[in-house]
Amino acid sequence: MHRFANPARFMRIAERLLPWVSGATGLTLIAGLYFGLFASPADYQQGETVRIMYVHVPAAWMALFIYTTMAVASVSYIVWKHPLADVAAQAAAPIGAGFTAMALITGSLWGQPMWGTWWVWDARLTSVLILFFLYLGYMALVNAFDDPERGSRAGAILALVGFINVPIIKFSVDWWNTLHQPASVVKMDGPAIDNSMLIPLLLMALGFKLYFLVVLVIRMRGELTARRVRALRLVEADV
Amino acid sequence: MGGYGAFIWPAYGIVAIVMAGLLVAAVRGTRARARDLAALEATGVSRRGNPPQSKGSDGDDA
Amino acid sequence: MSAFWALVGRDLRLALRQGADAVMVLMFFVIVVTLFPLGVGPEPGVLERISSGIVWVAALLAAMLSLDRLFQADYDDGSLDLIVMTPAPLELVVLAKCLAHWLTTGLPILIVSPLLGVLMNMRPDAFWVLLAGMALGTPVLSLVGAVGAALVLGSRRAGVLVALLVLPLTIPILIFGVGAVEAAVGGYGARPHLLLLGAVLLFALPLCPWATAAALRQSTT
Repeated sequence: MHRFANPARFMRIAERLLPWVSGATGLTLIAGLYFGLFASPADYQQGETVRIMYVHVPAAWMALFIYTTMAVASVSYIVWKHPLADVAAQAAAPIGAGFTAMALITGSLWGQPMWGTWWVWDARLTSVLILFFLYLGYMALVNAFDDPERGSRAGAILALVGFINVPIIKFSVDWWNTLHQPASVVKMDGPAIDNSMLIPLLLMALGFKLYFLVVLVIRMRGELTARRVRALRLVEADV
Repeated sequence: MGGYGAFIWPAYGIVAIVMAGLLVAAVRGTRARARDLAALEATGVSRRGNPPQSKGSDGDDA
Repeated sequence: MSAFWALVGRDLRLALRQGADAVMVLMFFVIVVTLFPLGVGPEPGVLERISSGIVWVAALLAAMLSLDRLFQADYDDGSLDLIVMTPAPLELVVLAKCLAHWLTTGLPILIVSPLLGVLMNMRPDAFWVLLAGMALGTPVLSLVGAVGAALVLGSRRAGVLVALLVLPLTIPILIFGVGAVEAAVGGYGARPHLLLLGAVLLFALPLCPWATAAALRQSTT
């Protein structure tokens, strides 16, 4: 881990890998789209709308994955003062919020034909909505300080507190939902998912992960440059 | 799309728009920061080249 | 331990001397609840159905409104730096501040809530469950709120920001608190809900002061 702690070295390695990862992202996403939209059958129960699953479910996975990434980065920032960790956490947040929004909107577009309504207060939908609020709160806090250093430290603590809270929120929402079970919800846990559907699902999930890496590295590079600019401006103001 | 195209295409469209938007915003932000840095370096400010008057303050910005 | 009680006493004295603050939070709580019959209509059946939810949501909002009292004034006049530097463990200091905050906001809200229950046509047999839920839940609001209040110190628009950060984290309290009352009204036992509220409180009791102390340390350096 410490070999990558040097921002300059990280930038060099990332620079070299970025074209390859970008290419892999494009190929995986195209393959996923082909299998998802054309080379897979319609579901016997849900019909063609099952194709929404190939973007909806990976987006929801990413929403959780990125929040976890932010929490891990925040721990290494708080505990080991890793100089790249807070950059990574802050760079990841908007991407995570984007995937959470995607999961919510595609879920809504799936719900309308299947459940007959744009939104149900289903446990999963509600939890993801709350996760979206956590992302927005984190981003608002990080950007609320004149001193970016303060924003980093406050954000790291909030990400950690939020992460510890996520299972509690999830449990409480599940509990709440079993008390107020909406009648119209079709449960998704049918028989094991067929290979023809698993392939596009996993391809899209992999494509989203690679895409996250690409955008994360680009955003981190921007943030590191911004920090250098700030440091230089301070020197300039000093002279 | 079995009559459900009105839901499937917007779903994929939204995903494409958000993903493209995030990517474009990231690239643009990075380019703008790089321009800022280049402009600053062109004016001759650098940490090593133009140290503050006193040597002792070197440790402050490290 | 003497530092603990000294700090509780100090904050209580400060709160009593500027008694208007605590009273205003309470007034806000009452007014928010009063808005709902005006909004949804005075039909007793409807009000009874939503009474527990309204009272709890209003309590959450009122608690958010009072959070800037926790650290903001001490931060502005610099006494927070001294408090952080005291030899007593900062986690204990935070706990003292939370206790004082609860005594001046959570407790009054708890005392007034059955009265609002009456206004909202709540079943009288649910009052005790509402009180028990509030007794377990409002301390968590102070504890979780302290984390948010410490994090936003020195930020822009801290008042709105703290509500934005803390409200999502208090959702479990809302769910279990309302669930307890509804279970009692429905006649199938509020015990599990109250136990869960207690579990959340026991969870928050060590963790929130710890996170708050970390946030305070980074804000005063």
